[in-house]
Amino acid sequence: MTYLPYAVAAWLFLVGLYGVVSSRNLIHLALCLSVMQSATYVLLLAVGYKNKATAPIFRGIPVGHPAVDPVVQALTLTDIVVSVTVVALILALALDVHKQGHTVDPDHIAGMSG
Amino acid sequence: MNRTVRLGLFAISAAGLAALLFWSLIGLPDFGHYHWPYGKLLNAVAVNERHTTNVVGVTVFDYRGFDTLGEEFILFTAVVGVSLLLRKDRDERVLRDPVRSDGVRLLGMLTVAAVLVLGLWVVAFGYVTPGGGFQGGVVLAGAFLLVYLAGSYGDFEALTPHTPVEIAEALGAGAFAVLGFVGLAYEGAYLRNFLGIGDTGTLYSGGSVALLNWATAIEVTAAMVVLFSEFLNVYMVPVADWRT
Amino acid sequence: MIPLQVVILLLVAAAGLAVVLQRDPLRQTVVNGLYGLLLVVLFMVFQAPDVALSMLAVGAIAYPLVLLVAIARVRGHTDETTDDGGGL
Repeated sequence: MTYLPYAVAAWLFLVGLYGVVSSRNLIHLALCLSVMQSATYVLLLAVGYKNKATAPIFRGIPVGHPAVDPVVQALTLTDIVVSVTVVALILALALDVHKQGHTVDPDHIAGMSG
Repeated sequence: MNRTVRLGLFAISAAGLAALLFWSLIGLPDFGHYHWPYGKLLNAVAVNERHTTNVVGVTVFDYRGFDTLGEEFILFTAVVGVSLLLRKDRDERVLRDPVRSDGVRLLGMLTVAAVLVLGLWVVAFGYVTPGGGFQGGVVLAGAFLLVYLAGSYGDFEALTPHTPVEIAEALGAGAFAVLGFVGLAYEGAYLRNFLGIGDTGTLYSGGSVALLNWATAIEVTAAMVVLFSEFLNVYMVPVADWRT
Repeated sequence: MIPLQVVILLLVAAAGLAVVLQRDPLRQTVVNGLYGLLLVVLFMVFQAPDVALSMLAVGAIAYPLVLLVAIARVRGHTDETTDDGGGL
């Protein structure tokens, strides 16, 4: 049971990867990619967690009180905001592909020109 | 290769990847038994060294400020990419799409004001309580989006003219880099704190963390507003024109 | 590990599978909203309020807008024989 968070992170990564490989729609593919990214967030936060510790905000609690790791939280929170702009970039690419070939199926865009 | 071959190949390699992942994750320490020194050190010294109570906020902008600089420029580049892709089909005609219900307009006006104040609060107190430039920036951009949802597209366009918003985005990203050089000039290291650190738990604390926080908030808000404005313009272009 | 964490982790795993298995993008957007909410609860239970605030703002404001605009632009103009994106 102590390995459940790591197992969930690996599960989310593999499920997202299956979605990317077997997708028939570029918009569905972008959302599966975001599921893969959230697997890394779960893994990072699970690594930093400490039993019976609080959040690393020391307002009202003394400084010596045990708290979880703040560095992984710093990495994760900037990554979440940046990943939404990357998904928006992928969707803009999908719209461009659709304008050229009138399809959003990844299997059918290999033969397009222009 | 066709689809069935691709899926079969994926099944084999995914089984191998799953085995490797599970084997490597079992090697990590038990969940909850965190014993590495970096987190413990930061929690012990951050409040006394920088007088800020949100250790995550001061990690983002001070102890790991260089990583945040990189993330900000990823955000900037992605939004530039979206603008490049969607700008060439930009429609410059006046498009309206107004909301007709009076109840929605009234509620929207009140909500826009509330969300704006909430966003400014989340940004301002980012290094005292949970919050910061990134979270508050998205909330502030949400206030602009609410103007479109509760008003009309013309209101949204009048509120977010292209050139000032893009200048604000560039200024926010550039200010972060320039503040690092000020730290280099005064204290000898890039992004080193160069202001007084003030009193613990108040807004006047953390030194240059406050300035970096606001620079990030301006950049994230402007970048999100550019993103929303490009996407909304794509949505408003009439169907017949898109086909040509 | 407290029982709340076990429950939320299992719910997140199930919701992640649901996001992938839902092939229609419009319905997938709704399931993604639910997945985002479960992730927010997970981040709170892992004692990370900054991360939860970030995911909440992004999942409520940015994701629905970009996804719905992309779906609206694509719907109705695709070749109907090849893909299943868009139609309600």
